[in-house]
Amino acid sequence: MKYTLIPLLPLLSFIINILFGRNFIKDKAHWIAVPAVAGSFILAVSAFMDVLAGNVINLNIYNWIVSGDFQVSIGFLIDQLTAIMLIVVTSISTLIFIYSIGYMHGDGGYYRFFAYLSLFVFSMLMLVMANNFLLLYFGWEAVGLCSYFLIGFWFHKKSAADAGKKAFIVNRFGDFGFGLGVILVFLTFGSLDYAQVFGNAGSVVGQTINILGTDYDLITVICLLLFCGAVGKSAQMPLHVWLPDAMEGPTPVSALIHAATMVTAGVFMVARCNPLFNLSHTAMNTVAVVGGVTAIFAATIGLVQNDIKRVIAYSTVSQLGYMFLALGVGAYSAGIFHLYTHAYFKALLFLGSGSVIHALHDEQNMQKMGGLKKYMPVTYAVFIIATLSITGIPGLAGFFSKDEILYRAYLGGDTGKFLWLLGTAAALMTSFYSWRLIFMTFHGKFRGTHEQEHHLHESPKVITVPLMFLAVGAIFAGYAGIPPLLMEHGDRIGEFLSPVLGHPHGEGTHAEEMMVMASSVLVALAGWFIAHKMYVKNPELPRKVAEMFKPFYNLLFNKYYVDELYGKTIVQPVLKISDKVILGFFDAKIIEGIVNGVPNLIGAFSRKFRQVQTGLLSNYGLAMALGALAIIGYMIFMR
Amino acid sequence: MTAPQVFFSYFAAMITGLSLLVVTRKNPVHSVLWMLLLFVHIAGLYLFLNAEFLAAIQIIIYAGAILVLFLFVIMLLNLRKEETEKRFQRQWPLGLGIGVVLMMFLVPVLGNISVVPPLGPYSVDAIKSEGHIMTVGKVLYTEFLLPFEIASVILLVAIVGAVVLAKRRLE
Amino acid sequence: MVPLSWYIILSAVMFSIGVFGFLARRNLIIVFMSVELMLNSVNISLVAFSHYLQSMRGQILVFFVITVAAAEAAIGLAILIAFYRNNPTIKVDEINLLKG
Repeated sequence: MKYTLIPLLPLLSFIINILFGRNFIKDKAHWIAVPAVAGSFILAVSAFMDVLAGNVINLNIYNWIVSGDFQVSIGFLIDQLTAIMLIVVTSISTLIFIYSIGYMHGDGGYYRFFAYLSLFVFSMLMLVMANNFLLLYFGWEAVGLCSYFLIGFWFHKKSAADAGKKAFIVNRFGDFGFGLGVILVFLTFGSLDYAQVFGNAGSVVGQTINILGTDYDLITVICLLLFCGAVGKSAQMPLHVWLPDAMEGPTPVSALIHAATMVTAGVFMVARCNPLFNLSHTAMNTVAVVGGVTAIFAATIGLVQNDIKRVIAYSTVSQLGYMFLALGVGAYSAGIFHLYTHAYFKALLFLGSGSVIHALHDEQNMQKMGGLKKYMPVTYAVFIIATLSITGIPGLAGFFSKDEILYRAYLGGDTGKFLWLLGTAAALMTSFYSWRLIFMTFHGKFRGTHEQEHHLHESPKVITVPLMFLAVGAIFAGYAGIPPLLMEHGDRIGEFLSPVLGHPHGEGTHAEEMMVMASSVLVALAGWFIAHKMYVKNPELPRKVAEMFKPFYNLLFNKYYVDELYGKTIVQPVLKISDKVILGFFDAKIIEGIVNGVPNLIGAFSRKFRQVQTGLLSNYGLAMALGALAIIGYMIFMR
Repeated sequence: MTAPQVFFSYFAAMITGLSLLVVTRKNPVHSVLWMLLLFVHIAGLYLFLNAEFLAAIQIIIYAGAILVLFLFVIMLLNLRKEETEKRFQRQWPLGLGIGVVLMMFLVPVLGNISVVPPLGPYSVDAIKSEGHIMTVGKVLYTEFLLPFEIASVILLVAIVGAVVLAKRRLE
Repeated sequence: MVPLSWYIILSAVMFSIGVFGFLARRNLIIVFMSVELMLNSVNISLVAFSHYLQSMRGQILVFFVITVAAAEAAIGLAILIAFYRNNPTIKVDEINLLKG
């Protein structure tokens, strides 16, 4: 019961808010939503305690679908992995709900916002607590739907509505693969239950599946299809394009959905399916390479963006790349560990930027900011903490998890070394653009309008207090996984997760570990140094550098023209085909030709034929009875 | 013939005869009253099949509620004039034909029907030891809880629909 | 012991009578009652199957049939009254609003 309540409380909050919000609750919506998520948080902590005490909970609540051999239940699996996800999701949701009270204050859709946000939390909890693939799929689609609602929350703004659509459609590509994967899992194992699927995973090794005349390894196909879904949901290459646009949504949404929780669903799913992925070398390498390439690819774009939220969005894409990199080299617990620390510091960055945007009355362009340090000391302080954390300065959360990932990559053979190089380079860029963001926003002189400067102020308590809590998380979350070099048995989170995720392979020497750690700290400092040089010491330098590498700068500034590429190759042809072929030819010539060419025939026919419609009940009944009789006769005599 | 078969034959004959009476009486009030007797016999058949609770439901819901509703509507509409007119439509021989052919189709086939194991856990003794109501209740409130709730929604829709349809528009 | 097939034949006979009533009668109320007759015949077969298969599902299904029958009767008769108010007849062969 206790566990059922965890997702049920947010669902109740959604139902109440959506039914009574418009007329009765209005701007009191948070009185329902905040206690609901806070309640789930408390229950999640108690569930975590249960798991910590060694109880893995797997209970079926209701038989959802029973159809012959096909059986799906609504059931919850709370093991170590789920417990961590529960803590991450509910704790961050609670803080962001509180933050939203201040941020969304006075918005016309206040109740709607809390309703959708509650629905999202419910779906996300269903996703992480599911004990079978179909329920996972339900949560997966439901969070996508909520994301669509919330990106397009300000639907009267065309760009927001478009961004919502884009997110939804791009996700469709991934989810299509994911859906196929789930179906294939059922075909292969005859069940969708995690326990049965993972238990029998070993028995299908070496089986092949024939697709269009070629035989492929069955497990690999399943894993790659599932991974398709993860690529879409977690915004990996080449389906990353929706995430930066998703920043059109309100900032708490960006923080909760597009940084801390929903986008990490892909990471969670791959980690959950690790018994399958472990059996396919190809799939693992794909995951690792996609992750590594995305990490550096997104980081390079982040270098030159000027919209404060977009910089953080690309940073999110890049950090998600790190997580997949970790999963791909078999270090599942490192990936989940990074997911967990990332949730705190990235939510902090987003909420901090929300605080800045709020103070500047919806200005998001960093070129029009600057010098906010003295106006917004709290926001500045938490921003510094988050940045130190994400860049991997020793002692803060990001350092521990990022270092763990890079070290695991380094131990992963030749591919691993290459990925380690990518990761370290991405870390350099991460450090650079994070500090660039700080320097452009908080240092120097204010570059906005006079009126804006007049209104500059620190955000209210309801905004800053959640920031402080998150800052605490961004500092201390990492102490759950201290590398063995610094402390014996310090990697408690890895130990905790090992019953689900296993131990990573490979052991390195202390010297290697030291080298990896030192190099990542060094690049973090180097990033700070370059950013400081360019944006504080010598503010003319960025422009000169941009001039010097003009083509390259343009390439990055336009995000490698991926959007344009998709526009040219997919969107425009589709539109053109619909316009020219379907509308211009098919509709105009064939359909209208038929419609206009033979109206008399149809008219004459219908005049005759409509007399069948006597309008008398008994005649219809007679026809029905004769039809039934014919079917029964067929069944009896013809078979 | 054994005693149960004799009993069954009585019920079967009554049910068939009463059904025919229901569909052939001119006065709808008579039809309803014959139907009442018919439902009592169907309830008797349910008792025969060890479904006491269903028998009770049959009397209470069908005879007590639905038939009263029919009677009520007949009274409300005041159909005295119509009783003098023809009771069958022009197409009645066709209807009779379809009914007879249906019977001829179904009876020979269904005459050979028999139960194929495996049988479920609810044998006569099992139901007797626990009581029929408890057995039904356990299944209804566990396995069929969701359909049960949906059924309640259907009834709610029916209530609202009946009120909306039947009330006069207040101008 | 009464064989299962007897019940099912009884059910089939009763169903056929219901079909006949539905197709032949003019009075809309009796047409309704014929529908109830058909539903009841199905109920008999469901209970019989339930008894002989020693399963509870048939009886549960009868519950839902009764529920739906009650809802159907209420809505159907409400429609009938609403119709009668505008058009004082309940002869099936005089109601042809749907005529094409």
